[in-house]
Amino acid sequence: MLDQFFFYIFAAVILLGGLLTITRRSAVHSAIFLIATLLGIAGLYLHLQAEFLAGVQVILYVGGIMVLFLFVIMLVNLDQAARQRQFNRQWWLALLAAAAVCGEALYGLYRGRGAFSFPGAMPGNVPPNTQAVGNALYQNYMLPFEVASIMLLVAMVGAVVMAKKRL
Amino acid sequence: MPPITLATLKPYIIMVLIVGIGPLGVGYLVLLERKLMADMQARLGPMRVGPQGLLQPIADAVKLLLKEDVIPGMVDKWVFWLAPCVTVTTALAAFSLVPFSSEFVVTDVNIGVLAILALSSVGVLGIILGGWAANSHYPLLGSLRCTAQMVSYEVVMGFAVVAVLLMAGSLSMVEIVKAQAESHRWFLFGAFPFGLIAFFMYYVAAMAETNRSPFDLPEAESELVAGFMTEYSGFRWALYFLAEYCNIIIVCSIAVTLFLGGWLRPFPSVKLLGWLDYAAPVGSSLLVGGLSLYLVKRQPRAFDQIVLAAIGLAFVAVAGLFAWPAFNELFRGVFWFIAKIMVLVYSFMWVRFTFPRYRYDQLMRLGWRLMIPLGIVNVIAIGIVLVLRG
Repeated sequence: MLDQFFFYIFAAVILLGGLLTITRRSAVHSAIFLIATLLGIAGLYLHLQAEFLAGVQVILYVGGIMVLFLFVIMLVNLDQAARQRQFNRQWWLALLAAAAVCGEALYGLYRGRGAFSFPGAMPGNVPPNTQAVGNALYQNYMLPFEVASIMLLVAMVGAVVMAKKRL
Repeated sequence: MPPITLATLKPYIIMVLIVGIGPLGVGYLVLLERKLMADMQARLGPMRVGPQGLLQPIADAVKLLLKEDVIPGMVDKWVFWLAPCVTVTTALAAFSLVPFSSEFVVTDVNIGVLAILALSSVGVLGIILGGWAANSHYPLLGSLRCTAQMVSYEVVMGFAVVAVLLMAGSLSMVEIVKAQAESHRWFLFGAFPFGLIAFFMYYVAAMAETNRSPFDLPEAESELVAGFMTEYSGFRWALYFLAEYCNIIIVCSIAVTLFLGGWLRPFPSVKLLGWLDYAAPVGSSLLVGGLSLYLVKRQPRAFDQIVLAAIGLAFVAVAGLFAWPAFNELFRGVFWFIAKIMVLVYSFMWVRFTFPRYRYDQLMRLGWRLMIPLGIVNVIAIGIVLVLRG
């Protein structure tokens, strides 16, 4: 009962935040609602008893990435851009595509509705899963993890090289 | 529903105590800072309200509450309203994770350190948004500086914290202190000398994260008026101020928990020093009480004499309570914890009155070129030391 209650609260926060993110005019307002969405997702992680993921989600996404987003928004003058005439000539195509994807998702959900149920709370205290995450990343999936890290590093160096004219 | 008992109510009681006493404590922290600053600059500091200026925080609080609530015309209204609330809420919420002693902790979650860092990183958003919402130049510059500073020094702080986590093997605040009790040493001296390096890094990063001088560029008053809070006044400004000082206490209590043995007394495993548990709280309370009573005669006004005498007697009573074994057993942890926090807070203030402000590029260079590489090397070194010692 309580589980469902919190699930719906977080789901509502995520969906509302997402909607407001794409509908607000001001970029900073959008960013604020995106932060609300990300916090809601952290709440869902907590709800699934993945506390480490929840903490990392808040520190990295809210404390790091969103702060950088805001930094960039404040540096460039978006107000002027927002005041210019907005145009999107392909809106009907976009609408069609969105409707198709939406229908597909709804159909999938409808077919798989039997699997939707709230798992009961685990009996007793769940052991801390920080170690489990560490073991998975650094032992079981060492190679993919390192490959992903190197890819990120390459992307970062590439961005610096492209942005700086003289190195 | 479990039955409502004292044990189930305890977290709520502690939280209410913290939220209730916190603002008053912050007020006295400000007074302490002003007095210390005055002392180091050979002045007297606030002396008018109450004996030796001891009631100044109450006068300040009343003044701030009664001030007109000014919202400048061109600000982004609801962000302007939201920003200080975010900052102060997260700062107060973070106290729920601080273990004042093995008994006095609201909740011990198994990602304790991460959760506090997460809360404080949300609190930073309040500062950034407040500066933006004010829709004016100086606040915007202040919050831009704040953003860059936070992002850089969060990394430094992360590396310092990871160094301790390696030694403790847990993210829970209570478990970290227990690990220090088991290893018979504070983590400040763990994996010597790398624990010291980690503490130094944490200390500098904490100062940068709380916008303290010499890293107070987001509110550099000689350049930016008051930085991100230029347009704030009255109660909203008080909220920012409250959050700032709460954050100072929070970072100090993380430092105490991670590096200085939390609620453990100095040399916790040396049985011979057991008398410290009684001598330190009783002695310090008696000292403060005695000093207050000694100063009573010097007060010019009758009201001041009464207040100071009451304060002196209260401290003597506290000394008496700490001499009572049952009370001492329960509260000695809290005493040590708060004493260690006060030492750190004092050093923060000392640094503020000693060092001039960094220039912005110096701040960034220090962070990215010195502290972060040092942090990476330090974590690796601690890992190697721990493996070698088994």
